[in-house]
Amino acid sequence: MTRFIPVRETILAGAILVLLLLIASRFAGFVAPSNLANVFNDTAPLIILALGQMVVILTRCIDLSVAANLALTGMAVAMINVTMPGLPIPVIIAIAILLGAIMGAINGVLVWKLAIPPIVVTLGTMTIFRGIIFLISDGKWVNSHEMSPAFTAFPRMELLGLPVLSWTAIITIALFGIMMARTQFGRSIFAVGGNPHAAVYTGINVGKTQFWAFVVSGALAGLTGYLWVSRFAVAYVDIAGGFELEVVAACVIGGISIAGGVGSVGGAVLGAIFLGVVKNALPVVNISPFWQLAISGSAILIAVAFNARAGRTKGRIILKSAEATQ
Amino acid sequence: MTDATQTRPAPDRHVPDRLNSRAARIFKSWEALLLAVAIAIFVINSFASPYFLSAWNLSDATFNFTEKAMIAFAMALLIISGEIDLSVASIIALASTAMGLALQYGAGTPELVIIGLTVGLLCGAFNGFFVTVLGLPSIVVTIGTMSLFRGISFIILGDDAFRGYPASFSWFGQGYIYWVFTVEMLLFVIIAVIYGILLHKTNFGRAVYAIGNNPTGALFSGIRVARVKFILFLLTGLMSGIAAVCLTSRLGSTRPSIATGMELEVVTMVVLGGVNILGGSGTIPGVVIAAFVMGLVTFGLGLLNVPGIVMSIFIGLLLIGVIALPRLWAMAAERRKP
Repeated sequence: MTRFIPVRETILAGAILVLLLLIASRFAGFVAPSNLANVFNDTAPLIILALGQMVVILTRCIDLSVAANLALTGMAVAMINVTMPGLPIPVIIAIAILLGAIMGAINGVLVWKLAIPPIVVTLGTMTIFRGIIFLISDGKWVNSHEMSPAFTAFPRMELLGLPVLSWTAIITIALFGIMMARTQFGRSIFAVGGNPHAAVYTGINVGKTQFWAFVVSGALAGLTGYLWVSRFAVAYVDIAGGFELEVVAACVIGGISIAGGVGSVGGAVLGAIFLGVVKNALPVVNISPFWQLAISGSAILIAVAFNARAGRTKGRIILKSAEATQ
Repeated sequence: MTDATQTRPAPDRHVPDRLNSRAARIFKSWEALLLAVAIAIFVINSFASPYFLSAWNLSDATFNFTEKAMIAFAMALLIISGEIDLSVASIIALASTAMGLALQYGAGTPELVIIGLTVGLLCGAFNGFFVTVLGLPSIVVTIGTMSLFRGISFIILGDDAFRGYPASFSWFGQGYIYWVFTVEMLLFVIIAVIYGILLHKTNFGRAVYAIGNNPTGALFSGIRVARVKFILFLLTGLMSGIAAVCLTSRLGSTRPSIATGMELEVVTMVVLGGVNILGGSGTIPGVVIAAFVMGLVTFGLGLLNVPGIVMSIFIGLLLIGVIALPRLWAMAAERRKP
């Protein structure tokens, strides 16, 4: 039975439902389908990035450079659009994904070939990428009137009642669902995170898998970079500042273990949606948006404490009792 | 299994024994190498800008690193023990906000300082509780509290600011002991000596190294691992409180965005000082020299009108470079061998 109803995801989904019901009890308009679609659309970038981060965290790494990657790619494609307004959108998207993937590959190589701890690598590249945005843009903004109409219209374009941005998130979720469950790469990610020693003996290259995890995360950050800049129709140095923490928060809330190997696509998506609902509900229930940061911080702490309790296995009892009797 | 993202076991890579003579030699020479770099930067700077070699300018330059270095000493011990605290900058924000709030209720300078230090200690205890009592990975906990602590500052302050600190309060960040020697410099020296003795001359310091090298082994040799780690989180919180007093006193105002991104510079300083990010090795003299290197680099670049965000590129490159270069070196040496 538990095989079909994963406990952690069910609890999280329940929490989101309770949250929605609480809001709906006072503000019925919030749960209207059109508003929920808006909330989903608003959360789409977080969902996409959380999925990329999930892959990285599953392999026992962490990618703190996603927001800087997003901002740098966003600035780059915005500037490309300004100089070459005629460039078709698919080409722009391809450039964005490629640029993001290259930045992810830089992280990946440093982790794979030089065995530098991922947190150090991505803390470093985070500031380097942000600095590079300043260098290429000279600190200037790229505003909506400089961008071509096609560039800014794309994420808003409606297909079957939903904007392209939402569809991108849905397609990413579907692709990741298939990738994590049905492909060799997806399974090797779990293997590397679950038990790297065993993974080596089954013929999986641990470092290489981590490298590709960073590339995936980077590519998604690049894609989101274009969608972000075109949706808000502005690019500057500080866009999505601190967003990497929200992305990690979504993963942690979604039950992805920072120790690697444990997590699911559903969890990451629900974690992101949870934060998205909270963020969108704050102004509705008349709480200052300044609460957002503290709420996501508390959510991380509660989620990680909760997941650690739930995930405590019997295999470690010897060590625990030794620690308890010290 | 305290922090899997840092201590990732990579079976195909040989982790050198800390007592291995070659590894020991590398770490022994690290401080010497760093000192050479510091001197080189000093010389280059004095040629690059005519304003560099002035006692008052150099005195001003120390503000670039004194506050960060105070935290870096405690952070060095924490990282040597195999943990990390990414919430230090947010602790500064919260402590500074608490001081600003107390100011609104008419607190004087002594009360302000006590409040700043107490909030720092409480934040450290909060982190320590999650890590040592609940057994959660410090990186996730402190990413969480990084949002939480600064979030509370934002709730209290919004986009407002606290101003109007008493004149006597400005002594900590703007005062001079003698000629060009600032109060912060004196604090920096005192704290450096205390931490140097604590890490290198006491049982506690030995315990910190033991925990970083093998937490389970340390536990079975009678070291109270959880208690030592809790104390280290307390110390990091306290140092952040002291830094908050100095920084608030120096700036004379509190905004919730105060000290944003400082955690990165503190970690960079520690790693640049030769502390192994995976835990188990590192020295306080190394961190002291690293503090001077970073202070001289940012000050020199500042004199050359390099904007702050471009300086952060240097900091980021420095952080990755200081770890990557020795490893590249070792790899090249490995390849040369038959």
